[in-house]
Amino acid sequence: MDPAIDTKREWPLFEIFIRARGGLDHKHVGSLHATDARMAIEHARDLYTRREEGVSIWAVRSVDIVASDPAEAESLFEPARDKIYRHPTFYQIPDEVKTL
Amino acid sequence: MSVSAPSLLRYLLRLGDLSLVLGQRLGEWVGHAPVLEEDLGLANIALDLIGQARLLLAYAGEIEGRGRSEDDLAFLREHVEYLNPMLAEQPNGDFGETIVRQVLIDAFQLELYERLMSSSDQRLAAIAAKAVKETRYHLRYSASWLVRLGDGTAESRARAQTALERLWPYTLELCQEDELDREMTEHGIAPRLAEVRAAWSKRIEEILAEATLDRPCDRPYSWFGKRGEHSEHLGYMLAEMQYLQRAYPGARW
Repeated sequence: MDPAIDTKREWPLFEIFIRARGGLDHKHVGSLHATDARMAIEHARDLYTRREEGVSIWAVRSVDIVASDPAEAESLFEPARDKIYRHPTFYQIPDEVKTL
Repeated sequence: MSVSAPSLLRYLLRLGDLSLVLGQRLGEWVGHAPVLEEDLGLANIALDLIGQARLLLAYAGEIEGRGRSEDDLAFLREHVEYLNPMLAEQPNGDFGETIVRQVLIDAFQLELYERLMSSSDQRLAAIAAKAVKETRYHLRYSASWLVRLGDGTAESRARAQTALERLWPYTLELCQEDELDREMTEHGIAPRLAEVRAAWSKRIEEILAEATLDRPCDRPYSWFGKRGEHSEHLGYMLAEMQYLQRAYPGARW
C-alpha cells in the first residue's frame, strides 16, 4: 500500500444498497466514504441515484458486514452441488404462471 | 390591472440570476473539492441551480418579447444587467465558506419558493413547485455540513464562524424590500419579503444553534446587487462563464 495514504484519516467506508422500485429488493450498488450515516445517505443519493435508479437507499458500514472466507468456499458451497433434488425442477408449471 | 412586463422581467432576472450565479460558483469546485463524493455533491446542486436559472431566464426572455433566449440572457448580458443579490457572487473561499454561503441562500430560496408556489403567475408557481423539492435537499446537505463544521474541531468551528461573519452583511439584501418587490407583492406574484425574512431568520437561528455558531449582528449596508450594483467579483466570474459564447458567438455542443 502507498505509505503516503494515511488510512486512519480516511473517512469510514459504507456499502450502499438501492431499491430500484417498490416491491423489489435493495441491491448492492457500490461503496463510498462518509463521516457519518447521514452523509452516507446524501453521498449515495448524489452518486448512485442521479439517473432515477432508485426509490430507497440503505447504507451499511463496511466494517459491520461479516463475510464468508473465500478459502472456505469448497467446504461451504460444494456439498450442495450434487443435490439437485433441492431444486423444485420436477414440477409442471401452469402456463398462466409467468414468473417463478 | 396586470403587472407590467418590464417589472416582471426584472423580477424574474433577480430570481434567475441568483440561481445562475450561485450555480456557476459551485461549479468552480468541480475537480477541486476535498473528496470525490463532495465533488459530485456540489456539482449536483450546481446543476439543479442552473436548471432553475434556465426555466426562469427562458420565461424572462418570453416576457421581454425581444427574442432573447435563456442562453442570450445568461451569456450576453453585462455585469450591471445581472440582478442577483451580492451574496451569490461572493468567492468560494474554503469549503467552509462555500457551505456558509450555501446555507444562507438555500434557506432563503426555500422560504421564497414555498411561497411562490401560490403565486398568481401560474408559470412562476410551476417553476417554484419544481425548485422547492431541489432546494429542500440543498438545505439538508448544506445545513448538515454546517453543523459538522461548527460543532466539529476548534479549527473547523473558527473557520465557519469567520466565514459567517464575513458573509452575514450580505444577507440583509436578500429580504430588503424595494419598489419592485412591493409591486410584485401587490399583484400577488411574490410574497412579502418581511414574511420571508422572519421565516428565514428562524430557520437560520435553528441551524446556527445546532452548529454552535453565533449569529452575527445586522449592520447597515450600501449596495444593491438586486439593482445591478455588484462587487468586483462578479465581473471576473462572468468573464470566465461568458468567455466561450463571446469568443465564438453562437457556438453549440
